[in-house]
Amino acid sequence: MIPAPFDYVAAESPVHALDLLDGLGDDAKLLAGGHSLLPMMKLRLAAPAVLIDIGRLTELIGIQAQGDELVIGAATPHAAVATSELARADAPLLAHSASLVGDPQIRHRGTIGGSLAHADPAADLPMALVALGGSVDVLGQAGTRNVAAEDFFTGFFETSLEPGELITAVRVPRRPGAPWGYQKFVRRANDWAIVGAATVDGRIALANMGPTPLRARAAEQALAGGASAAEAAELAADGTAPGEDVHADRDYRRHLARVLTRRALEHCT
Amino acid sequence: MQVELSVNGQRRSDEVEPRLLLVHYLREVCGLRAANVGCDTTSCGACTVLMKGPGEVGGGTSVKSCTVLTVQAAGQEVTTAEGLAVKGAGEAGGELHPVQAAFRQEHGLQCGFCTPGMVMAAVGLLSENPDPTEAEVREGLEGNFCRCTGYHNIVRAVLAAAAGIAGAGTAGTGTGTTGTAGTMRTAADGERTEVSA
Repeated sequence: MIPAPFDYVAAESPVHALDLLDGLGDDAKLLAGGHSLLPMMKLRLAAPAVLIDIGRLTELIGIQAQGDELVIGAATPHAAVATSELARADAPLLAHSASLVGDPQIRHRGTIGGSLAHADPAADLPMALVALGGSVDVLGQAGTRNVAAEDFFTGFFETSLEPGELITAVRVPRRPGAPWGYQKFVRRANDWAIVGAATVDGRIALANMGPTPLRARAAEQALAGGASAAEAAELAADGTAPGEDVHADRDYRRHLARVLTRRALEHCT
Repeated sequence: MQVELSVNGQRRSDEVEPRLLLVHYLREVCGLRAANVGCDTTSCGACTVLMKGPGEVGGGTSVKSCTVLTVQAAGQEVTTAEGLAVKGAGEAGGELHPVQAAFRQEHGLQCGFCTPGMVMAAVGLLSENPDPTEAEVREGLEGNFCRCTGYHNIVRAVLAAAAGIAGAGTAGTGTGTTGTAGTMRTAADGERTEVSA
């Protein structure tokens, strides 16, 4: 499969990428690792006229602690997040989620910013970011704005990114030692979650239970009120209206959300 | 557009379309046919090659070349299975890379289609984890499918390669098995490298 023809520009800096985007509007797409975009272009589900490559901008790659936050450059590959001592110590759920994306080759190329911008509700990292209460730094012509994870994901493969904006970094609270759990139900190795559940310190997020990653708020409130993991997990699907597909109907997804939430809470580490 | 990169240690400069996938560049422009197009959807790993950026240490990391644009490889060093052998495999005195030698020794292949990608993934895995457990080998190769389902011998081969590299202390001597003309053969046209059992 061959993508439709396009022009290619390697951006020299994030601001250069922004200027290129400004002139090109919707016809341009940002390219980092390309592991969500290129498969879509090969299937001709996407046919941008121009690709602006930000994948080798060193300003966008790396992981550092800033105060009580971990700041991960948007073009940092999953493999770097998964193996980062800093991430594993301060945000182990994020490192663990990154270690489950695709397979080793995919993790060498795919990036955290790319995965979040792609906003697949079944993906690992959007759910992890919501569970962690993280945020993204978004650079636009007006400067940088910080968007909380739950405000960032607005719909099925949709985010609050405006045309002409790019993600520069991902922020997650540093919570060394906070109990966390992660469960993902798949039919095949390496697959996207049919349903996923992630929990950190009493917060619970679900993957593929709606058009965006969701908080399981009823279950969180029950936990905060002293309910057991099993009792709280019974409420995990409350308020959700998951889609149906060949893998699972709505009732089955709701069942999975309850079971996976219980397991995530019971197997917290 | 013009792209400059290194392929198997040779510097190249080629005019390519931005949409040219790395695997097609390697096969059709460079004439290197080890990287196979299997699924063409980033799943099967038959197109796995190593890519190393400027300033990176080691031999590079494994990538699926069906999901990398050639222009994204500009300035990088790309290694395919053809570039692994210590001396020209199939040539007189040729010597296989330890991982290739271990695949031969342990019969880590059946039809051979997945083998170049499997070998490159294994080389990448061992560069990140030189002494893996069997479970780590199985997880480390999760991005590579063998539709003959010959996984057991592949895993044995990677473990043997790890032991051989560790035992020998230097790459190149491996498990003590050196290549023969029957294992990797370069055809007369010099373009096609095949692996036969």
